[in-house]
Amino acid sequence: MKSSLVTAALAVALAGSFLACDKGSKEIRLGGVGPLTGEAATFGVSTKNGYDMAVAEWNAKGGVLGKQIKLTFADDKGDPAEGATVFTKLIEQDKSCAIVGTVMSKVSLAGAPICQNAKIPMIATSSTNPKVTEVGDYVFRACFIDPFQGTVGAKFAFEDLKAKNAACIFDVGNDYTKGLSEFFKAKFTALGGQVVGYEGHATGTTDFKAQLTKVLAAKPDVLYVSDYYNDVALIAKQARELGFKGPMLGGDGWDSPKLMEVGGQAVEGCYFTNHYSQDDTSPIVQEFVKNYKAKFNAVPDALAALGYDSTYIMLDAIKRAGSTDGDKIKAALAATDLKVVTGQVKFDDHRNPVKSAVIIEIKDGKQTYKTTVNP
Amino acid sequence: MGSVFSFQQIVNGLQLGAIYALIALGYTMVYGIVRLINFAHGDFFMVGAFAAYGAFYLFNFFLPTGGGMAFAVLIMAMLGSGAMALLANKFAYKPLRYKPRLSSLVTAIGVSMLLEYLFSALPFIGPSPRGFPELMAKRMFVIGGAEVSNYVMIDLLVAAVLMIGLTILIQRTPMGKAMRAVSQDKDAAKLMGIDVEKVISFTFLIGGSFAGAAGLLAGLTYPRIQPYMGILPGLKAFIAAVLGGIGNVPGAVLGAFIMGLAETFATAYNSLLGEGIAFVILIVVLLLRPNGILGEKTADKI
Amino acid sequence: MDKLRLPKLAIAGAVFYAIVQILILTGVLNGYFVVIINRSMIFVILAATLNLINGITGQFSLGHMGFAAVGAYVSGTITTILCTHMNPHAFGDNLIFLAAIILGGCGAAVVGFLIGFPSLRLKGDYLAIVTLGFGEIIRTILNNIAYVGGPRGLLGIPKFSGFTVIFLFTFFTIVLLRNLVQSSHGRAMLSIRENELASELSGVDTTKYKVLGFVIGAFFAGIAGGLLAHLLQIAHPTQYGFYASSILLIMVYAGGMGSLTGSIIAAFSLTFLTEGLRVGIDWLRDTVGIPIGTEWTMVIYALLLIFIMLYKTEGFMGMRESKILVIEEKKV
Repeated sequence: MKSSLVTAALAVALAGSFLACDKGSKEIRLGGVGPLTGEAATFGVSTKNGYDMAVAEWNAKGGVLGKQIKLTFADDKGDPAEGATVFTKLIEQDKSCAIVGTVMSKVSLAGAPICQNAKIPMIATSSTNPKVTEVGDYVFRACFIDPFQGTVGAKFAFEDLKAKNAACIFDVGNDYTKGLSEFFKAKFTALGGQVVGYEGHATGTTDFKAQLTKVLAAKPDVLYVSDYYNDVALIAKQARELGFKGPMLGGDGWDSPKLMEVGGQAVEGCYFTNHYSQDDTSPIVQEFVKNYKAKFNAVPDALAALGYDSTYIMLDAIKRAGSTDGDKIKAALAATDLKVVTGQVKFDDHRNPVKSAVIIEIKDGKQTYKTTVNP
Repeated sequence: MGSVFSFQQIVNGLQLGAIYALIALGYTMVYGIVRLINFAHGDFFMVGAFAAYGAFYLFNFFLPTGGGMAFAVLIMAMLGSGAMALLANKFAYKPLRYKPRLSSLVTAIGVSMLLEYLFSALPFIGPSPRGFPELMAKRMFVIGGAEVSNYVMIDLLVAAVLMIGLTILIQRTPMGKAMRAVSQDKDAAKLMGIDVEKVISFTFLIGGSFAGAAGLLAGLTYPRIQPYMGILPGLKAFIAAVLGGIGNVPGAVLGAFIMGLAETFATAYNSLLGEGIAFVILIVVLLLRPNGILGEKTADKI
Repeated sequence: MDKLRLPKLAIAGAVFYAIVQILILTGVLNGYFVVIINRSMIFVILAATLNLINGITGQFSLGHMGFAAVGAYVSGTITTILCTHMNPHAFGDNLIFLAAIILGGCGAAVVGFLIGFPSLRLKGDYLAIVTLGFGEIIRTILNNIAYVGGPRGLLGIPKFSGFTVIFLFTFFTIVLLRNLVQSSHGRAMLSIRENELASELSGVDTTKYKVLGFVIGAFFAGIAGGLLAHLLQIAHPTQYGFYASSILLIMVYAGGMGSLTGSIIAAFSLTFLTEGLRVGIDWLRDTVGIPIGTEWTMVIYALLLIFIMLYKTEGFMGMRESKILVIEEKKV
């Protein structure tokens, strides 16, 4: 029984590899990565939608370099080890000439060295941890980075919300949330504010009352919650239960309809920094929102926009490079100057785009645009 | 330091302890009866939470939210996980009843994995977390300087009612007597005419349904459910049962409340300590006093 | 006195190595396949060492990946610190890699020793829970040491693991384990499994052998962890949790408790099966449109474990060994 299973599996995999060899020259093969399952699942679904829509639009206009584009998507499950495996598979097995992805910094950090070693250009869609692009010159990203995001948050808290004291809650098991809190704290203190509470929680915690009780005892004006939407919803509810009435502030990890769904009244009147807002009146954003709604029957979040933008940036670079050679695409990427949904993309020396952030307010259970902050 | 041992933290710890107690009771009852650490017990907790979730959406068609609805959902949660426990017993544990204990343990691991991954694989459930609906309006009270929500009181109340009910069951009813007999000496009980398998099934049913009740309370209190939610609470409740003396019913309750408080205080002091405190307690107990606080010393029979 | 009959095993090993190497060089097997084969071999080491502890000595360890974690982090830290740019073809770098891996194994062995101690007093279920606890503690500690990356994991580990290196380590491990099991030490361990009390009364130093089982098992698991880290170029705490240890458990039970051959077969089969299922499920999801995810792979494995425990507890090979691995007794 076992040996026939093994043979069958081998046969399937071998067949797959032969199929891959055949079609290589007739299409442009792009690899896409994202978390379809796990703690950031809605991010992955949105990002994949973004990839798919972008590829469909380019293919409708004739593809790139005269060939149709084929996107192979792999689910990284939000897990670095799984990410390492699927990045390798997309490069070696599916022969991708370039990779877009992924969403979570910790997975991008696992995939980046693989792309760098294989000389395959990579654009991380929404990984905001600065270390991602430091891996090497084949690794780019489509979003702003956490030092900027944390700073924006701190400035908003201090200047707009007029907060003098702040407390931070973050996930010790998640580098993104940890880093974001650190940058927030640095800027907030530099502006003259006081961080009166700074508590971490273990990944997967559902009961935050112990930490919240501790930080709320110091009576902060604002609570900076740098977690992903799932945890934010719970933290917000429990904070309200413990009597906290002030505003809560966070990062782009908040961006999910589930936040309002689970958080309900608790997140009303709270804010977060994000990459774009669907209320933005500029034509390119409205066109994107309209097409996305028509295709997926949902309002696109920032993840979808970044997935879409990453694909556009990569395909634009391939077009300008005139080839699928990794080095040529890399050079073309470095010279990018493109207007996309989330802003104007021009890469700096560290292959990070210099972009603005928006502040989103949750009002009446919906995300509403509050203000834009430029770098 | 004041905010670590404050009354608020004590309230937090008791709330957590109540939920652990319900899970720990199931562990300890099953262990007392068949000497099996049912690894899948934490997953019965999860099943209960999902059963409650499903029941809510079903009942929502014709019942308004509130106390009555919550009660109905609680019953469904207990029935759901109780049924799951019966199934696990019948198909996975009973066939291995008289084989080496390690086989049952490994099978329990298999059942646990199966429940977790099956729930996350089924398209209508899925691996991603879901928000648990608000079954009844939340009201805040201030007691002794601490913010206490009506949810805390419900958690403690439900746990207390079930524990009292269990004590009455074990001490006053014939079935309870049979349970005590089987846990003392299975073979002697059989010789006395007790239908051992029926008693075992019943124990699984009760233990499982308690875990289900805990699942509902957890869904209510920390309104997020997902297929892997049972792993950590299950493990901690098991450690609580060991702390109190595995096989000992009051011990499970005692251990659970100590665990809830210890975890809350440790987390408030330092989140790293909070993560590891459960395992530290486990290792300390097993190395220093393996029979737990209320457990009796059993000599190794040569 | 048994003579170490290496030839049969050596020939089998050489043949395997040659076939795969030819396939790689001719390009039939691409990088992705090589990664799968490499991972299979690493899991052979992990499964075989878990078999030593669980199957042969009769203990019950549920935290085996914890040892691999120690090995991965120790060796990974050494290589990432010593050279910012390491060249897998430079002789000096190769030595450092070798030393790092061995040191990783030693670190894991120390941890194995520390865990072996409680095993003296505990049996069955309790031992299982304590080893599980230790595995989780190791994972939690690693998650919180910022120096080795904490929750980000240890990154940028140079890619030293290649087919040849992994093959050599795996081969060496199998030979050593085989010789151990079929020696008088191995028989002592088996006697502990069968009946610890009788074994003790017969004069077997059960303490020494139980701890020895853990230490040797941990040492090679640490080596396997180091090899894996240098293959994936990352060591992350989530790779070494209970989930990962459960997979090892399935491999050992599927292959057969106490059978090295079984562990080898199971490790290869399940690693290939996982990838095959991934391809299959991805195809079903993307091309056919059925909404399923790779969670079904784990559902299948869970069912496999339950099935084995209920109907074929002895696993695929039971306690038999393939002829290739059996040391022949010298006929008097």
